Amino acid sequence: MSTSLIDIRNLEIAFGHGTVRAVRGVTFSLGQEKLGIVGESGSGKSTVGRAIMKLLPPTAIVSAQQMTFQGVDLLKADERAMMTIRGRRIGLILQDPKYSLNPVMRVGEQIAETYRFHYPKATAKQAFEQMLAMLDAVKIRDVEKVARLYPHEISGGMGQRVMIAMMLIAEPEVLIADEPTSALDVTVRLEILALLDELVARRNLGLIFISHDLNLVRNFCDRVLIMYAGRVVEVLKARELESAKHPYTQGLLASLPSIDNPPTRLPILKRDPAWLHDNVLELPR
Amino acid sequence: MANADLVSKRDSDTTFSEEEVAYAAPHPLAILLRRLAGRVVAIVTTLLGLLFLTFSMGRLLPADPVLAITGPEVSKEVYDRVYNELGLGQPILVQFLSYVGRVATGDLGTSATTGQPILTDLLAIFPATIELAVIAMIVGALVGVPLGITAAVRRGTVIDHVARIVALAGHSIPIFWTGLMALFVFYAKLQLVGASGRVDVFYEGLVTPVTGFLLIDSAVEGQWDVFQSALGHIILPGAILGYYSVAYISRMSRSFMLEQLSQEYIVTARAKGLGRRKVVWRHAFRNIRVQLLTIMALTFGGLLEGAVLIETVFGWPGLGQYLTRGLQMNDMNVVMGAVLTIGAVFLTINILSDVLYRILDPRTR
Amino acid sequence: MTPMTMSTEQADHIDGGRFRKWLHAPEPQGWFQSSAQQFHQGWLKFRLHPLGLAGLAIIVLLILVALSAPLLTAYDPIVQDMAGRLSPPSAEHWLGTDNFGRDVFARIVYGARTTLYIIILVSVIVAPMGLLIGTCSGYFGGIVDEVLMRVTDIFLSFPGLVLALGFAAALGPGITNAIIAISLTAWPPIARLARAETLSLRKADFIAAVRLQGATPATIITRHILPMCIPSVIVRVTLNMAGIIITAAGLGFLGLGAQPPWPEWGTMAATGREFMLDSPWVIAAPGIAIALVSLAFNLVGDALRDVLDPRGSQ
Repeated sequence: MSTSLIDIRNLEIAFGHGTVRAVRGVTFSLGQEKLGIVGESGSGKSTVGRAIMKLLPPTAIVSAQQMTFQGVDLLKADERAMMTIRGRRIGLILQDPKYSLNPVMRVGEQIAETYRFHYPKATAKQAFEQMLAMLDAVKIRDVEKVARLYPHEISGGMGQRVMIAMMLIAEPEVLIADEPTSALDVTVRLEILALLDELVARRNLGLIFISHDLNLVRNFCDRVLIMYAGRVVEVLKARELESAKHPYTQGLLASLPSIDNPPTRLPILKRDPAWLHDNVLELPR
Repeated sequence: MANADLVSKRDSDTTFSEEEVAYAAPHPLAILLRRLAGRVVAIVTTLLGLLFLTFSMGRLLPADPVLAITGPEVSKEVYDRVYNELGLGQPILVQFLSYVGRVATGDLGTSATTGQPILTDLLAIFPATIELAVIAMIVGALVGVPLGITAAVRRGTVIDHVARIVALAGHSIPIFWTGLMALFVFYAKLQLVGASGRVDVFYEGLVTPVTGFLLIDSAVEGQWDVFQSALGHIILPGAILGYYSVAYISRMSRSFMLEQLSQEYIVTARAKGLGRRKVVWRHAFRNIRVQLLTIMALTFGGLLEGAVLIETVFGWPGLGQYLTRGLQMNDMNVVMGAVLTIGAVFLTINILSDVLYRILDPRTR
Repeated sequence: MTPMTMSTEQADHIDGGRFRKWLHAPEPQGWFQSSAQQFHQGWLKFRLHPLGLAGLAIIVLLILVALSAPLLTAYDPIVQDMAGRLSPPSAEHWLGTDNFGRDVFARIVYGARTTLYIIILVSVIVAPMGLLIGTCSGYFGGIVDEVLMRVTDIFLSFPGLVLALGFAAALGPGITNAIIAISLTAWPPIARLARAETLSLRKADFIAAVRLQGATPATIITRHILPMCIPSVIVRVTLNMAGIIITAAGLGFLGLGAQPPWPEWGTMAATGREFMLDSPWVIAAPGIAIALVSLAFNLVGDALRDVLDPRGSQ
């Protein structure tokens, strides 16, 4: 059994003075693999991702039996400790570069900033060169020119590449990607996924890929976690998805139209209130 | 294509001939010039409108301008002569244009009280108001911006409540009242500050006006007793105007900051590991810098307004007091001249801030 | 959390009379009932703001004081009594007397009428004027927009008090002229706001739909666009009212406004100024009154903004 990078047991997150329970008892581990977390809006999947980085608003109430990263207790970690982890050991990629990049800062400067923050002894020149190398690694051409551009001057695909560069430049061990391709055109989507695939493999990263697109995740990730209403309802290997046991997962699979066997009517998911109380503890791999 | 007829046609679906399609895009320089010309036209029309407004204010006066010159008892021929001299029989447009012409050459009329050309008067007293306004702006910016930003970053804490109270008070308490009360406390009761004017009476005229700013001129000459007197006189009106600037600037800074802090790029900055200070100043603040500039320009307008009342209360010999004295003396030329000047200054500040905004914000370049 | 509407069964179980049922009916019949219901829902939200309620209480107090002025004080605000001039606050004269021996409390109370008069008239002039200009400018666009916005810009190129001063000076002293002058400075922000709202509404599908039904621009503007602009205009007028009261007081302080001997808070501060050193109560009282009413509008405006337009509030 490979050592896990992140261990989470029974994570509970509530908002609004405890009235809204966004995450209810989520348990999973992340190894050096591509783990997908799939769920609809409101399932709590993004909340889990941000909770790991402790980037939730201060009104969030977070508790868990365990939330560790490489032995570091994330629950007890204070802000200073988290600052050594964020960007440096765990990276977070957000959904839409139109909003997730600082509009008044050149993209090169934003990428270099991560490096300069975590390697304060590096000179400006060294950081600059690292930044250019990173832009090259995310397959951007004409790196010097692009580095001087502002976020509104680059396309969505390029923006996500910049985002990835920004989060990988300090060489983290884990990458959390929160809907990284949802704001992109379909053709660009595949390019970005290919890029992520290559980078994750080459750098031996653990990847948490959060998405609402089951099809995307099954083809990209090694393992898949299905979330519903704040709980994990199923965990399985991506290639074993067809043999999913939970009715929610089966319903999701059934509602994906297939080009070989197009149904006359797309099946609609019938939600069983019993699912709100289901929970699946992770089985050892 | 087989599916072409299934594709919906847009209502203005025409086909262009080759010639129409092959038209060349306008030269970038032409675009720039056209945009510049558009802005110049806008500014000129606003300026003309401003002039028309003051012109019509002058025309609205219930007093008969002829009688104001000749006196109430006058024969018909004298009345007609003066009437024609003043050009009152001519169409409004001609009168307006001659008014514009006079203003353009600096002829704002003559003050009935001082006997001087109004322009001369204005040039002499303008620095006094500017000195006051500059001090108030400095206080407003140095105190107001950090206060507003801190209130936004530490939302809900004591400093946030303090900032909100400061802002609320500044928007509720009339400035002339604060001035009067401050005079009462600090001058009458505590004898801490000077009375009216910019310096004590026996220091007047001792310092040669180089910049027109007493504080600078006296310091340069080394006349420290004059400096001290000037400081004692400017401190209270400057502080009060400064307070009102702080109230406005802090409220707007807080509002802008709160808006930025809820943006996604702030999450990215934190996810990079950056600490609060860097996130606030290197990221959020950079995004509000330009907006704050606009606020500064608006604050200056507010200062001109406040100066009218504060100068009256403190007897400060600036533009504001000139205006209100003219009002009291029914010297309408003075009133209109001063109003026009304030409007022109405010308009200029706004145009400058607009231009600066466009230059500084990378998104509008 | 209270739902916006409730089922018929729930509605049937509401205690209290038919009025409450009418207010909570799940399907309102007609424009009046739905407006009343919306107002009721807004009121429930407003109720949660303690500061807003305090502000509202002050405004209600102002109205009551103004209306019942003769009941609150036996003194006539105009009659002079030179023997008793400048006497400090006492049991007889709660706020003392001014330099003409007039009871300050009485002058404050009757001055409330002047303030109320100004508030009502300015609102009634400025809101429709700004709405009309703004919506027409936004809807028709083109040359109409250019011209109207140019005019708005011209008025905005003067600080408020200065423009009001200019007009008030030109028109002559007097409360009506002061109101006209203030209205001329207060309409531009409303017009700007209405224009901004109209611009975003203009492209909406429901506007296109009603135009296809053959509605004339006048109908579209008055029946469809204007009502959508009203909430934000109400918020803005309320917030700006604080400044308008202060401007009016400023005009009074400078001698333009309600003319003596009629009491107006700003004028009271001006006349009391000479005697400020020995008789501070003559200016203290009107200043506090102005500040209180202005504060009230600020608080109510902030709370209204949370209720009606949460996007714009912080």
